Amino acid sequence: MKLITAILKPFKLDEVKDALQAAGVTGMTVSEASGFGRQRGHTEVYRGAEYTVDLVPKVRLEVLVDDADAAAIVDVIVKAASTGSIGDGKVWTTPVDSIVRVRTGERGTDAI
Amino acid sequence: MEEIVLNSGDTAWVLASTALVLLMTPGLAFFYGGMVRAKSVLNMMMMSMVTIGIVSVLWVIYGFELAFGYKADSAWYGNISLSGLGGVVNDFTNNGGIYPIPVLVFAAFQLMFAIITPALISGAIADRTKFTAWAIFVAIWSTLVYFPVAHWVFAFGNKVGDTITGAGYLASKGVQDFAGGTAVHINAGAAGLALAIVIGKRIGWRKESMRPHSLPLVMLGAGLLWFGWFGFNAGSSLAANGTAALALINTQVAAAAAVLGWLLVEKVRNGHATSLGAASGAVAGLVAITPACAFVAPWAAVVIGLIAGAICALSVGIKYKLGFDDSLDVVAVHLIGGIWGSLAIGLFGSSAVNSLSLDGIFYGGGTALLGKQALGVGLVFAYSFIATLIIGYAIEKTIGFRVKKDAEVEGIDLNEHAETAYEMTSSSRGGSLL
Repeated sequence: MKLITAILKPFKLDEVKDALQAAGVTGMTVSEASGFGRQRGHTEVYRGAEYTVDLVPKVRLEVLVDDADAAAIVDVIVKAASTGSIGDGKVWTTPVDSIVRVRTGERGTDAI
Repeated sequence: MEEIVLNSGDTAWVLASTALVLLMTPGLAFFYGGMVRAKSVLNMMMMSMVTIGIVSVLWVIYGFELAFGYKADSAWYGNISLSGLGGVVNDFTNNGGIYPIPVLVFAAFQLMFAIITPALISGAIADRTKFTAWAIFVAIWSTLVYFPVAHWVFAFGNKVGDTITGAGYLASKGVQDFAGGTAVHINAGAAGLALAIVIGKRIGWRKESMRPHSLPLVMLGAGLLWFGWFGFNAGSSLAANGTAALALINTQVAAAAAVLGWLLVEKVRNGHATSLGAASGAVAGLVAITPACAFVAPWAAVVIGLIAGAICALSVGIKYKLGFDDSLDVVAVHLIGGIWGSLAIGLFGSSAVNSLSLDGIFYGGGTALLGKQALGVGLVFAYSFIATLIIGYAIEKTIGFRVKKDAEVEGIDLNEHAETAYEMTSSSRGGSLL
């Protein structure tokens, strides 16, 4: 079992969500995040005083998948999230030891 | 002697103007509140709200009498009396001439000026001032600075026949200030500068980001100020007449031109015209036209506003060069704007549009009027700055003027008021009702 974590441009969330649902993913967790990569931040000006803002708004999307599906689902996310410009984000996978569905007590891949 | 008959039109206009000017102080609270960080917005707004409370009460007890009460040959303050306005209930207003409106309407109208002037100062000392110290400061400053200065500028004395007695010093010298360029804006600006020096810089000033937390609140506040300012300026005619009309149109076009002036400076200097710049420009223009609104032609109001927007925008940099933390630019907007507007009467004042019978330099009147205006500017600035330094240091040395460092960093709203402005998350923070 794998946890796929994707950092996305906020406006790309809907496309990625729809693409994942079309690919058979039934659940996900989305949270607001902020950060920077090679894109860096931006500059704001208030009454002539310039401020650099390092952290830009991002969305963090997390999906639990079977080992066999992981590579395909990552591709789905990357394809839907890409704009080709700097700041598109990153996607990574991490191994997951155990999963329990709270309502039924099902464990492992049955709980995905 | 003919009997005075109440003029219902004049009275109605000054009553309405009184309500308009009151609204400026909550408007100022929004204007300032949006400019501070989210952890300080309630304290910023509370500094204005408590000023409404304190000054209104003082005004009834002795403030109005001290500023406008009649005492023959008293150039520096009015009447010292604790009559609580009880002695003037059935009188008409006599302020350099008899106005057919009740004294109580005049007193209520002038009260709103007495409220907003100390409230303006609060922007210079945002995020870090002990609330009780501020409240005490407002009471002392109003008593020792605003009430007397309002007498110097706005008390035109009792006129009986052709004899005027008891006029304020600057009024008797012919210094012109229609609605408060000196008494309100230079006064508040000089006091803001003094208090910013007494209280010192915010922790992290010029090192960490202190950008405005809500520009929509700033825009809302600027809108309310602009709206209320029609009462401030056009109401100061104390009559529903042509002078009120001139003041009203000049107020509108000066504020509008100053929006453009400020935005032009920003666009050229920084590359972007900002919403904070538009809101600031509007207020700068309103400040500058305040003393001049009834004395200049509308085209001159446009010029005064355009220049006000530009010089106030450029003046924001003064605090960085000299190193004082005038947090919300009371000096750049109110002091500089007030000085410019007061002096501009000496340039653009025109006997064709006003009852001064005095012309400024551009109307062939020579430098006499400008000299008088400079006297008003200099005296009010010097008195307010020095008196505020003394009051400020007295409070600093006795009860302390500033919150503790950890309280300032954690947030003055939580530590001074036991409140926070915003629920930043929808999830529970735990806890229960005690």
